[in-house]
Amino acid sequence: MPNMSKEKVKMQEQDPNVRITNFEEVTCGYTLEEAMEEAERCLQCKHKPCVNGCPVGVPIPEFIKAVKEGHIEEAYEIIAEENRLPAVCGRVCPQESQCEEVCVRGVKGEPVGIGRLERYVADYYMKHVDQELTPPESNGKRVAVVGGGPASLTCAGDLAKRGYEVTMYEALHELGGVLMYGIPEFRLPKDLVRQELKSITDLGVKVEKNVVVGRSITIEELFEEGFQAVFVGSGAGLPRFMKIDGENLNGVYSANEFLTRVNLMKAYDTHSPTPVRIGEKVAVIGGGNVAMDAARTAKRLGAKEVKIVYRRSKDELPARQEEVHHAEEEQIIFDLLKNPLKILGEDGHVIAMECIKMELGEPDESGRRRPEPIQGSEEVMDVDTVIIAIGQTPNPLLRNTTEDLDVNKWGCIVVNEETMETTMENVYAGGDAVTGAATVILAMGAGKQAAKSIHERLSSL
Amino acid sequence: MYEIVKKKSINSQVELMEVHAPFTARKCEPGQFIILRVNDEGERIPLTIVDYDREAGTVTIIYQIVGYSTECLSQLNEGDYIHDFVGPLGQPTVLKKHKRVLGIGGGVGAAPLYPQLKKLHEMGVSVDVIIGGRSDEYIILEDEFKAICDNIYFATNDGTRGTKGFVTDVLNTLIEEGNCYDEVIAIGPLIMMKAVVAVTKPLNIPTGVSLNPIMIDGTGMCGGCRVTVGGETKFACVDGPDFDGFLVDFDECMRRQGYFKEQELHACRLDEKVDALEK
Ligand SMILES: Cc1cc2nc3c(=O)[nH]c(=O)nc-3n(C[C@H](O)[C@H](O)[C@H](O)COP(=O)(O)OP(=O)(O)OC[C@H]3O[C@@H](n4cnc5c(N)ncnc54)[C@H](O)[C@@H]3O)c2cc1C
Ligand SMILES: Cc1cc2nc3c(=O)[nH]c(=O)nc-3n(C[C@H](O)[C@H](O)[C@H](O)COP(=O)(O)OP(=O)(O)OC[C@H]3O[C@@H](n4cnc5c(N)ncnc54)[C@H](O)[C@@H]3O)c2cc1C
Ligand code: SF4
Ligand code: SF4
Ligand code: FES
Ligand SMILES: [Mg+2]
Repeated sequence: MPNMSKEKVKMQEQDPNVRITNFEEVTCGYTLEEAMEEAERCLQCKHKPCVNGCPVGVPIPEFIKAVKEGHIEEAYEIIAEENRLPAVCGRVCPQESQCEEVCVRGVKGEPVGIGRLERYVADYYMKHVDQELTPPESNGKRVAVVGGGPASLTCAGDLAKRGYEVTMYEALHELGGVLMYGIPEFRLPKDLVRQELKSITDLGVKVEKNVVVGRSITIEELFEEGFQAVFVGSGAGLPRFMKIDGENLNGVYSANEFLTRVNLMKAYDTHSPTPVRIGEKVAVIGGGNVAMDAARTAKRLGAKEVKIVYRRSKDELPARQEEVHHAEEEQIIFDLLKNPLKILGEDGHVIAMECIKMELGEPDESGRRRPEPIQGSEEVMDVDTVIIAIGQTPNPLLRNTTEDLDVNKWGCIVVNEETMETTMENVYAGGDAVTGAATVILAMGAGKQAAKSIHERLSSL
Repeated sequence: MYEIVKKKSINSQVELMEVHAPFTARKCEPGQFIILRVNDEGERIPLTIVDYDREAGTVTIIYQIVGYSTECLSQLNEGDYIHDFVGPLGQPTVLKKHKRVLGIGGGVGAAPLYPQLKKLHEMGVSVDVIIGGRSDEYIILEDEFKAICDNIYFATNDGTRGTKGFVTDVLNTLIEEGNCYDEVIAIGPLIMMKAVVAVTKPLNIPTGVSLNPIMIDGTGMCGGCRVTVGGETKFACVDGPDFDGFLVDFDECMRRQGYFKEQELHACRLDEKVDALEK
């Protein structure tokens, strides 16, 4: 008999009052017993609706069945066939709008905790199994991959498995993209990311860090060097600003700068040579995952009062529900229906922010009700730090240095959606560089799709 | 890992290194820079490419020891390795085939000025230079500049070399004496570049400056290096670091550059770390 409980087996979490004083992971994961109990909730549906909700097609009922039987290594092998970053995805996938959204159990009660189970399996495997990967025999064909984020990693891993000689070029000193520089340690521990990435690079992927494609080497030069195809997974790393007065004052960060200092450069450790400054009263502008991460990070660095300033209402917050919930538990204040007009400074440093109240009008093209300012409702809030988290767009560096690479009006690389091929022959692209800021699993799906097309093209040569 | 193939002391605070970095050496041009991390816990610090050897795959940097990371760098010797070294970053300087150009280098700013003037000299432009420093000891690259410049002038705060005073005192004199320049290129502390522009702007002598805001990634990802130029926000690491001096908001630059001073100066942190490194 399956476990017919309407709710997921609870997962332990650090107490909110404790966790705001450290950078350790908020959620603690399942024990074997808990995982097996949750696995019992899966009905093993023949038509597998959940799998259609997963952009990389993880064989969900199959791996859950293995968990139910306590065969965790086998469960890992099943997942890894389709997804080589399960510890990452189990933590950060927006499951509620993907695999779990279409889970049959979700009709009456909570869906099966697919993400939690995936995470359990991955963590167990990393902890208990000494993985010795032997790279497959080379087929002599060479592919270059630009960037080291989830899209590129997935593309590189899939090609390496098929015997391609893959070289990965990453601009930073670490692989992982946003997984390393953006998503905070307390949501996604970096040691774990490093370890999971290794299961891809150990397939024989040659890694060249500290190479900015477009500057250190161009795409054309990659072909001259003998690569037969190139995949571009350069992400959406360009921070947007609001273009309001006072944005360049000291004390105003983009979320990217703030999070990069703290995550990639480990500024949460006061011994790190990379500094970060946080004031007492922090306003984070925006309502997405990035804003939640910045706010919760600011709290952990010791800010007394952290506010999310967002121009729509709570229902429209684009962040994952779980993140909003965690943020609320951590005393983050949601100052909604408010839009900043200018940032005020004294001696070059932020002292306040002027905002205007908003109300929701008629729905716009996106279907969401359009926020409109309420005339005469301007007000000034005391803040000494402002973090701008209103979105990122693709970094223009590559397109500015690559003539034939077409982009749309938002700067996203144009691809054939079937094949992921760009307007340059044998150059493929995927992930945030193509879609604009999206999700880890969509980036991975795109990398996978591109690997398939590259394989089809190159194996027919 | 990037091998230090040569290290040389220039004065008590300034050192030169030649680093094996083939990706950078192959493509770099005057005006561009690199970002390095001394060790695997290091911060990312930008330094200008002073010279390069495409055949040998090496890049020359000159740095002034001003704080923790440059101190750590200085602890390394020939044969040691720098953990990370990425480049070339930024836009190459647009060098026009003028008749006559005046370079102004203040302190270690003379280092990034050198490759630009050298290139101009190779293009057949007649080049003069003013080098400034606190005292005679801090005048750098004198022989190198002499080899490519028609006239070389000095300014030191204490008068131990050349004019006693600032580079702008020499600049004013040169202009009063009737020297005409098609362009001035000024690289040094922000306060010096600001002072130079205060002289050249009223006379409408085009003036290029090289900005050095605080950077992290150097690829346009963090926005930390933003500067206001002509009323618009620019990212110095991708749009610069060279800008039209007439348009730069120097006061904002100076303020932003000092934002982390307190943390950087946290003496105990610095000493602790340097001690640990020496052991
Ligand atoms: C703070 C934050 C929180 C997020 N939280 C979530 C979450 O909870 N769940 C979720 O699913 N998604 C989340 N996302 C979104 C998710 O991280 C991204 O959608 C995903 O990482 C995109 O993957 P990618 O491979 O396309 O690009 P990226 O992860 O951006 O990786 C691109 C890589 O390419 C490198 N690169 C760029 N240009 C060059 C070049 N010219 N040469 C060489 N290398 C280059 C970059 O340095 C980077 O390492 C979050 C994003 C942020 C910023
Ligand atoms: C494009 C560019 C080119 C540069 N070229 C040279 C050069 O050729 N030679 C040279 O000696 N210096 C150069 N600098 C300055 C050099 O990067 C700083 O001196 C160095 O980062 C100081 O680090 P520190 O830890 O030793 O000192 P700290 O005590 O940490 O800092 C001292 C001062 O250096 C500046 N600084 C600190 N961190 C950074 C950073 N991450 N990015 C930029 N500035 C910072 C700040 O103004 C700070 O107040 C350049 C800077 C830029 C932006
Ligand atoms: S990878 Fe993400 S979407 Fe796919 S099954 Fe796992 S948690 Fe769900
Ligand atoms: S839809 Fe839900 S219950 Fe059905 S197989 Fe998938 S996870 Fe199990
Ligand atoms: S250093 Fe990060 S954008 Fe310039
Ligand atoms: Mg420093």
